[in-house]
Amino acid sequence: MKSTSAQFNTNVRRALHDVTLQQALLRVGPGFVDHRRQALAVLPDAENLRIRAREIKERALASLDHYLLEFEKNVQANGGQVHWAQTAEQANAICVELCKQARARSVIKGKTMVGEEVGLNDALEAAGLETIETDLGEYIIQLAKEPPSHIIAPAIHKTRKQIVDLFDRFHDRSLYPGHLESVADIVNEARAVMRSKYLAADVGITGANFLIAETGTTVLVTNEGNGDLCSSLPDTHIIIAGIEKVLPTLNDAAVLLRLLARNATGQDITSYTSFFTGARRADDSDGPNNFHIVLVDNGRSDMLNSEYRDMLRCIRCGACMNHCPVYGAVGGHAYGWVYPGPMGSVLTPLMNGLAQSSALPNASTLCGRCEEVCPMSIPLPQLLRQLRNDGHKQQLDSWSARSTLALWAWLARRPKLYRSATSLSLLVLRLFGRADGRLRHLPMISGWMASRDLPTPKSSFMQQWKQHQGDADD
Amino acid sequence: MRVALFVTCLIDLMRPNAGFAALHLLQQAGCEVVVPEQQTCCGQPAYNNGDADSARAIARQVIEYLEGFSHVVIPSGSCAGMLVHHYPRLFEDDPTWRQRAEHLAGRCHELCQFLVDIVGVTDFNAHYSGKVAYHDSCSARREMHVYEQPRVLLARVAGLTQVEPGDSEQCCGFGGTFSIKFEDISTAIVDKKVENICQTGADTLVAGDLGCLLNIGGRLSRQRKSVKAFHIAELLAGMTEQAVFPVDKK
Repeated sequence: MKSTSAQFNTNVRRALHDVTLQQALLRVGPGFVDHRRQALAVLPDAENLRIRAREIKERALASLDHYLLEFEKNVQANGGQVHWAQTAEQANAICVELCKQARARSVIKGKTMVGEEVGLNDALEAAGLETIETDLGEYIIQLAKEPPSHIIAPAIHKTRKQIVDLFDRFHDRSLYPGHLESVADIVNEARAVMRSKYLAADVGITGANFLIAETGTTVLVTNEGNGDLCSSLPDTHIIIAGIEKVLPTLNDAAVLLRLLARNATGQDITSYTSFFTGARRADDSDGPNNFHIVLVDNGRSDMLNSEYRDMLRCIRCGACMNHCPVYGAVGGHAYGWVYPGPMGSVLTPLMNGLAQSSALPNASTLCGRCEEVCPMSIPLPQLLRQLRNDGHKQQLDSWSARSTLALWAWLARRPKLYRSATSLSLLVLRLFGRADGRLRHLPMISGWMASRDLPTPKSSFMQQWKQHQGDADD
Repeated sequence: MRVALFVTCLIDLMRPNAGFAALHLLQQAGCEVVVPEQQTCCGQPAYNNGDADSARAIARQVIEYLEGFSHVVIPSGSCAGMLVHHYPRLFEDDPTWRQRAEHLAGRCHELCQFLVDIVGVTDFNAHYSGKVAYHDSCSARREMHVYEQPRVLLARVAGLTQVEPGDSEQCCGFGGTFSIKFEDISTAIVDKKVENICQTGADTLVAGDLGCLLNIGGRLSRQRKSVKAFHIAELLAGMTEQAVFPVDKK
């Protein structure tokens, strides 16, 4: 998917003026926060679980090569194949080639964020494959030709009416009667449309939440059961996953599963937690004859060897964006690519280049709530600061911002000159201020003044203190 | 007890009254207060805008003039967080300065924290008649773990009723230069904060960080809401003759 992160400010303006989006954000936002809070409140020893989860991921990342090879060996032992993709293009090429090998005409897909990341749908369609998303949210945004606006609720920005309009436009009304009103109507029609696609599909593609090295198993959580159908109905199942998803053992996955759904939706566990281990065996009643796993690097091994390594612990629960004041104000599309919120503001520059997305790490108040709620204790504010350091070194910030900052920093190290600058600033404030002691306009900080007043104090603390000291000495 | 008062650049420039109120409270609590005259700013604007070299240069200077004191008191959660958590981080690769930064970090306290946890004085004989909403700054709450202390202090003010606005864990949208660089996002965030405060029926907004106070108070002032804004030190010291922003009489 093409990124629009470089037009962040334009995206923000559009988002803030989008009445439907703003209503959706108000409607949905608090739910995630409340549900997560309730789920964690009744989880015994939640904080200890969080520490263990972090240790597990650290252990996996410390020997990532070892666990990935162990995983590959066990997948092969189960009759599956592992394919290694260094780049997004390679990942797409491998998937397309596997579809060709399966003589596929149509593909059904479960929700996969790494699939969004590499732009898999476009690649499949360019190769002439009919591609249907089967996660309801993904299906809706596929019809709307939009990227997801949230990693676990991709169509969260859409209203019921907008969804009905999309279905009216794209569903064959001679086959499906329409007249959709309730949520149940929408779900039932989507289910009916998808059923025929499921039965006709030659290949199913899903993502994975975890890869388990000791068994060669992939784990997928869904609430709709669509992942199971993608896996068991077509003859070929392709799983696409980032290399950081690997965990040493089944027990490790059990720890992370206890945190994932609670932090994401506030559920104790998702409706479906599926473990896929290899191709169909002789005595299996169903399952794919061809079982492929595409492991995607796409910048991850560079992250592993950098100060951004902590980001590889991310299990994509979305808690950071659900608690982010900026995400809450502008929604996911403003971030311009597939990963929104604080996690996106770190991942997007690392995967697409900081020069194309330098606004993202700056568009944060560094309030720290993301780090506080992150089940994997990722120090997101610190990673955002690090990206700001990189941006400053690469001179990606504006000349005016740089020079103002440099002048201020120079003054801050010279207390006497700094006092003169303070007096001058106060003079300017009073010059532009009103008689009632309220400042409403000041060209130098028009951003602030656009919506907020400033007070106009007469003299600084240090001036008054000096005077006070002088009086006391007399 | 001899303590250094780190006034903070925002109080120095925008609200000297809060600095004098903090000074007054410390003296009332029995401290001998020194105001180091070299102080300017803690370096957050540089640190949070990617200029780590400037932030380090400023930090070295601050460490030099503050490390001789057994206690440093800061009437701001975010500046306290900078000295306590981020100075040591700035010197990760410099063992000598890292040690000095950590040594200083152990002696720095946010004002309410210092009064309640270190000197153990909670009653300043203050009186304020009003319905007060206290706003937690993100750095105070999450970096400095200041939550109970200001509430304990406010509970001892005669005539005062405390109210808790909804969604109080949410940031006010200030974020330092964020509020200038991304003013429209910042405004959208502060508008939610203002709404939550106004819904409590509070007539007074109190905060321990001037950044948040200028942001929320400035928005309230622009919207001509009749909510007075004070730094918590001003309220506790009884120095509330004039609110940060003029409030129209109804």
